[in-house]
Amino acid sequence: MFAEFLQYLFTGITIGATYALIALGFTLIYNASHVINFAQGEFLMIGGMATVSLTAMGVPMVLAIILAVLLAGVLGILLQRFAIAPAKQADVVTLIIITIGASIFIRGLAQLVWGKEYHVMQNFSSDEPIRIFGAVLNSQSLWVLGIGAILVVGLVLFFTRTLIGKAILATSMNKEAARLVGIRTQLVLMLAFLVSAVLGSVAGVVVAPITFTSYDIGIMLGLKGFVAAAIGGLGSGIGAVVGGLLLGVVEAMAAGYISSDYKDAVAFSMILVVLFFMPRGLFGAKVVERV
Amino acid sequence: MLKTILRRTGKFAAIAAAGLVMSAQAAEPIKIGSFLSVTGPASFLGDPELKTLEMYVEKINEDGGVLGRPLELIHYDDVGNASNARNFASRLIRSDRVDIIVGGSTTGATMAAVPLVEQAQIPFVSLAGAVVITTPVKEWVFKTPQSDRMAAERILGDMKDRGITKIGLISGTGGFGSSGRTQTLEVAEQMGIEVLADETYSGSDTDMTAQLTNIRNTDGVEAVLNFGFGQGPAIVTRNYAQLGIDLPFYQSHGVASDSFLELAGDAAEGLRLPASPLLVPDSLPEDDPQKEVVQNYKAEYEARWNSKVSTFGAYAYDGLMLAVQAIEAAGSTDKEAVREALENIQGYVGVTGEFNLSPEDHNGLDADSFRILEVQNGEWKLIN
Repeated sequence: MFAEFLQYLFTGITIGATYALIALGFTLIYNASHVINFAQGEFLMIGGMATVSLTAMGVPMVLAIILAVLLAGVLGILLQRFAIAPAKQADVVTLIIITIGASIFIRGLAQLVWGKEYHVMQNFSSDEPIRIFGAVLNSQSLWVLGIGAILVVGLVLFFTRTLIGKAILATSMNKEAARLVGIRTQLVLMLAFLVSAVLGSVAGVVVAPITFTSYDIGIMLGLKGFVAAAIGGLGSGIGAVVGGLLLGVVEAMAAGYISSDYKDAVAFSMILVVLFFMPRGLFGAKVVERV
Repeated sequence: MLKTILRRTGKFAAIAAAGLVMSAQAAEPIKIGSFLSVTGPASFLGDPELKTLEMYVEKINEDGGVLGRPLELIHYDDVGNASNARNFASRLIRSDRVDIIVGGSTTGATMAAVPLVEQAQIPFVSLAGAVVITTPVKEWVFKTPQSDRMAAERILGDMKDRGITKIGLISGTGGFGSSGRTQTLEVAEQMGIEVLADETYSGSDTDMTAQLTNIRNTDGVEAVLNFGFGQGPAIVTRNYAQLGIDLPFYQSHGVASDSFLELAGDAAEGLRLPASPLLVPDSLPEDDPQKEVVQNYKAEYEARWNSKVSTFGAYAYDGLMLAVQAIEAAGSTDKEAVREALENIQGYVGVTGEFNLSPEDHNGLDADSFRILEVQNGEWKLIN
């Protein structure tokens, strides 16, 4: 009984950590611009696919990962510069639609460059699963959790300890006031895209050995990440992390205890229930107070 | 007012006349319509299918075409979406006015087009697997892949030979997986095999450990069967190995491809599945009538596209060849004649198997056209 529960928990937390990282990317850009960046899933795809194709070319894994994350970062900046910035006078809905367009464009490009097949990435460390109290944990899950935790802590430090981080926060609270005190809000926006692209691509790299990767992996994972962000309360960092983990665990438990048929239904009803009783999500209220 | 109408009619008549004159001059091409899932989640089906169609239409035209007329391939990409498939089928019938349709990569896409095809009375050779496409027989609908029912018969038969009578089933919720599940449950009942655990997963799932844990914890399960296609079964295979389940493991023909081996890696070792002989062309015995066809198709495809051949492309090969053979037998593109000719094709040896069609059987293959393969040392090995 306990082994079963533990198995579902491991499964849920692993995938939940990925959702959390994607949700954090959504949160970052949402905070800086109130735009929901639907190209977030594509950053994840770029991370995984670029790493796979670079290692296939003979680049050592670590270097390949760094290059892939850099590529995603550059793409994030390009996305902001050439798609979002020119339309800065447009309202938020228009910008959101632009990001949907950008995601389709990036996906199409990836399909041309890398083809349509699924690709495998090796586990970072051993392929041997770890056994704990009768449950099995993929060693890659530890990497997902560890790197996820490091990124979250890093982000917290970034926002509370660095001037740039504080500038992003300031812009999210009041754009006009931030500009008045000398913050270059366009630059901040660019930075938000960069950081969230990096987050997304790192998530894509660490999770690729578990899920495989392909040009369209970003669609569903991106959507689930968005659901996680909405459950947690758009704009809240803690909300994104909690929402992601919660979504992952609920999914796994539903698949295990109820029926795998209803797994997604349970996950998506959860968002209904949460938003019905707490329209701003689990942790959304705080942001409202700050604004 | 009257003047404009007259002028328009005049213009229209002129265009129509010009069209007639032009078509009379050159040998009018035989139009082969196709809608395939070239991109999207089922692209691993549609992509090799389109490549195969393009390649053999070219080749047939170089050799002088069919009935002295060149073939013209008109194809659309339905992106794996059934409602797109329906729209494109409608376009092929109404505006492109094709003579025959060879296409429909997925069961969903095929079934969406079936009502249109039946209504328009145009021969349609589907490239999708599920048994519902040709059972019950639909007058104008044919298909080239073996049905999932045959796959289930072949798998459960092999299990019985090994003395297995209690199994766990895990299937995808997509069209292929759910149809395979239904067929497996039916066939299992007939064969006296008990399905003790019955789990599912959706196509975009990235972890099936929870479902497999349930199967593992079910008492009495002697073997596990996974019915699905795409990357899902590869993840199931990996999770299966990670959980350390050491029961015999079966996959369906939906993943019978080399790219599945690449994805699943070492985890695939020892699993069995029913597959087209295309995966083991060189292990076929010399007297196997399919050996030559299979080897030729593989060689030609790989030389032309510089990528590995797939069994799914072979469905398109057989579909096109059946269509061509029927048109030749009918001596025209008259739709009723072609339909009848298709229905009477006997002993066509294709890549997928030997086709013996009849008015009662619009598929024409039997379960033995599947070969049971086992993964040994990362390669396919012919078992029987």
